[in-house]
Amino acid sequence: MTRAPSATVRDALSVSLTVGFYGVAFGAASVAAGFSVLQSCLFSLLTFTGASQFAAVGVVASGGAGLSAIAAAAMLGTRNALYGIQMAPLLKVKGLKRAAAAQITIDESTGVALAQASRGTEAMRFGFWLTGTGVFIFWNVFTFLGAYGAKSLGNPASWGLDAAVPAAFLGLVWPRLETTFLRIVAASAMVFALLVTPWLPAGLPIIASALVAVTFGWRER
Amino acid sequence: MLWVVLIATSAFCFAIKLVGHSVPDRWLANARLQRINALIPIALLSALVIAEGLVTKTHVVIDHRLAGLAVALAALFAKAPFPVVVVAAAVTSALVYHLH
Repeated sequence: MTRAPSATVRDALSVSLTVGFYGVAFGAASVAAGFSVLQSCLFSLLTFTGASQFAAVGVVASGGAGLSAIAAAAMLGTRNALYGIQMAPLLKVKGLKRAAAAQITIDESTGVALAQASRGTEAMRFGFWLTGTGVFIFWNVFTFLGAYGAKSLGNPASWGLDAAVPAAFLGLVWPRLETTFLRIVAASAMVFALLVTPWLPAGLPIIASALVAVTFGWRER
Repeated sequence: MLWVVLIATSAFCFAIKLVGHSVPDRWLANARLQRINALIPIALLSALVIAEGLVTKTHVVIDHRLAGLAVALAALFAKAPFPVVVVAAAVTSALVYHLH
């Protein structure tokens, strides 16, 4: 028992720090797109789902319609509903606590929670709340710093942050790939995402990859 | 327009999250749904690796990020702990970015 929680804390804090630092990039991107520092901070507090936030300010920056920005963000956010369906039976919370759980239901909190499966449901719940809260704090603090220092701060690529995020996702999916079948599902989803990327609006390949899960999960093996 | 985008995006994204948490438990009693639901994070996290590491807007782009991902993959095969995987990817990517 003493080993499991510390491993969970380590997972949660690594993810929180890594993703939190990416908030600098969002703050800078948001200000560059024309949003104020206050608006950028409200994005991270209220929307709090990175890919949707990047999509929204990205569409605005490229001159897209407000409706396109909202639609892109909402489509990217739909995967959080899929995560919620998985997290709700685990967390079993009601009322305000459910609203709080919903707000922090994102890639990272769900990913860390699922990665704790071998350590028991208590570790999964702990991983969810710790990662969700940790990412929330770091993401918001660093959004402010990024927005505030947008002009003086360099490109996030020069810090390697743009590679740290996909590496973090790879590190999150890795422990789940216990059987050949699951490795085939993961590889198929990657190939599928690569193939549909040129044909779908930005962000949609992520949602569309759920079709890979549907295809492989349709029949009993 | 910017305030509308901010407020509508936040409202939609929160509503979507809450819907996920409010779907009745019995929806998950179905065996097929359970099988698919268990595979969804694997599919979406895998697609996210591609979307964040190999895509810029709607184009597949090979750049410094791929070097970082390759090192991350090697680190995972070597059973390196998660923070090492992430930091190794960042350092490699930043080095390639600056050397290029």
